[in-house]
Amino acid sequence: MSAESPDVTKPSPRALLDLYRGEMSVMLAWNLQYRGAVFLWVLGAVMQPLVLIVVWQAVADGRDTGMTAGEYAAYFMVSMIVSHMTFIWHMWEFEWRIRSGYFSPLLLRPVHPIHADVCQSLAYKLVGLAGIIPAAILMAVIFRADFGNASWQSVMAFLPALLLAMALRFIVEWCLALAAFWMTKVASLNQLFDAFFLFLGGQFAPISVMPDWIQTLSFVLPFRWSIYFPIQVALGNITGADLWIGFGMQIAWIALAVAVLQLMWKRAVANYSAVGA
Amino acid sequence: MHAFTVIRTYLRLGLLNFVQYRADFFLGVVNAAIQFAIQLLAISIVFNQTDSLKGWSRADLIVLVGVHAIVSGILGTVFSPSIGAFLESIRLGTFDFLLTKPVDAQLLASVQSVAPQSLTSLLAGIVIIVYGLQTGSGFPGFGSVVIFVGLLIAGLMMVYSFMMVLASLAFWFVKLDNIMNIFNTMFGNAGTWPITIFPGWLRVTLTFIIPIAFAVTIPAQALIGSLTLANALLTAALAVLFVAASRWFWLFAVKHYTGASA
Repeated sequence: MSAESPDVTKPSPRALLDLYRGEMSVMLAWNLQYRGAVFLWVLGAVMQPLVLIVVWQAVADGRDTGMTAGEYAAYFMVSMIVSHMTFIWHMWEFEWRIRSGYFSPLLLRPVHPIHADVCQSLAYKLVGLAGIIPAAILMAVIFRADFGNASWQSVMAFLPALLLAMALRFIVEWCLALAAFWMTKVASLNQLFDAFFLFLGGQFAPISVMPDWIQTLSFVLPFRWSIYFPIQVALGNITGADLWIGFGMQIAWIALAVAVLQLMWKRAVANYSAVGA
Repeated sequence: MHAFTVIRTYLRLGLLNFVQYRADFFLGVVNAAIQFAIQLLAISIVFNQTDSLKGWSRADLIVLVGVHAIVSGILGTVFSPSIGAFLESIRLGTFDFLLTKPVDAQLLASVQSVAPQSLTSLLAGIVIIVYGLQTGSGFPGFGSVVIFVGLLIAGLMMVYSFMMVLASLAFWFVKLDNIMNIFNTMFGNAGTWPITIFPGWLRVTLTFIIPIAFAVTIPAQALIGSLTLANALLTAALAVLFVAASRWFWLFAVKHYTGASA
């Protein structure tokens, strides 16, 4: 072999960029083709924040919870956007991938399968925005959302917070997905993880109205930094030093999750014995 | 009646199948436990901030969660897996085999697959209701329990009919497997809260939640003693209407089935 032959296990940034361009265009086309299915998933994503606005506006009706009815509407509206942009489903798919043997061809490709999954989820999120954004606007108008502290600065700060949150949740849940290499049934584990996002991430209620023990616990765990933090940044409720602490927590958790991912991936692949092999 | 023999046989087969996979039962228990922990934690967070949610107390909401668990346990044991199998058979074309059998096709499509692990949810629901009643207004009389069971059956028939109408759309759209996911999301989110907290216009807009309301909220009201006669009669009337409408729609939709290979 000549000295120039590329090392396929470590693609150059340029090759990786080409790969992403190709995968993205395929996945976008795929999602646009199945836009009916994407639309139904989006409809499901609207349901939870919608119900929670109704519940919390009923709680705030004539009673001081520290937030007004309009502020609850704004919170859950942004929560819907953040949840859509950070949501991935791969931990539900891995069990099937491994049990059906579908993982073998993925492993034979000369690049890490995580890259294809990144493109897959990004394409779904972009296509889904066509339903999420109109739904968010409707929600804000109908429930009279109050964006009190939001400003163009808070929206500018929201963009990096959201991107870091997307990266963080993707890597953490991809680690969780790898559990399917050792366990044959992962549904309970996934369900438990969803509950963490609900309560420790702030999807069920703003963390500020939750009991003290949840507030304390959520600070050191990754869930809050992938849901609650970007929401409150967008609404202008986190500024100054707290903003930088949040970015720091996001980056620290991403670094830790990447390290865990690499360790788990090595063991998982070594442990994998394909169906039929 | 012949139909009952068919239903009984399918349920027994499902149970026998299930006994072979006992580990699934324990996973079912774990899943149900997580689910109820989530719902009870949600109620306790809400009632940290208030002591009445539009007239519903904490104990009332616990009873409601129990009723929701019973309804989702029954749906998950028979109707959801059967309708899932039905949707898959439309896509694959194996629905042909079901149509040629000498029993009513809607009946077979509704009971063909059984997942007894969901019965854990039903049992847990009863425990939760007892706990909720005990901490709240106390136990209802025998009459109320009979009315509760009657309304629960009426509500179930409504939800079943609604699911059947959604599933019948597969005769036109073929790949419709995630419409049941949407139904489950709606049922899981909206069903654990009393329908009375939703503003009137929203109840009308989200027609999805109407059968959910009648299957969960109204029977729960019978147990906690806030049921009105009008609501009870309305539930019975609507159940008949829903069943008739879904039967009509099924017969209409089957005519549009073209088969996968024919």
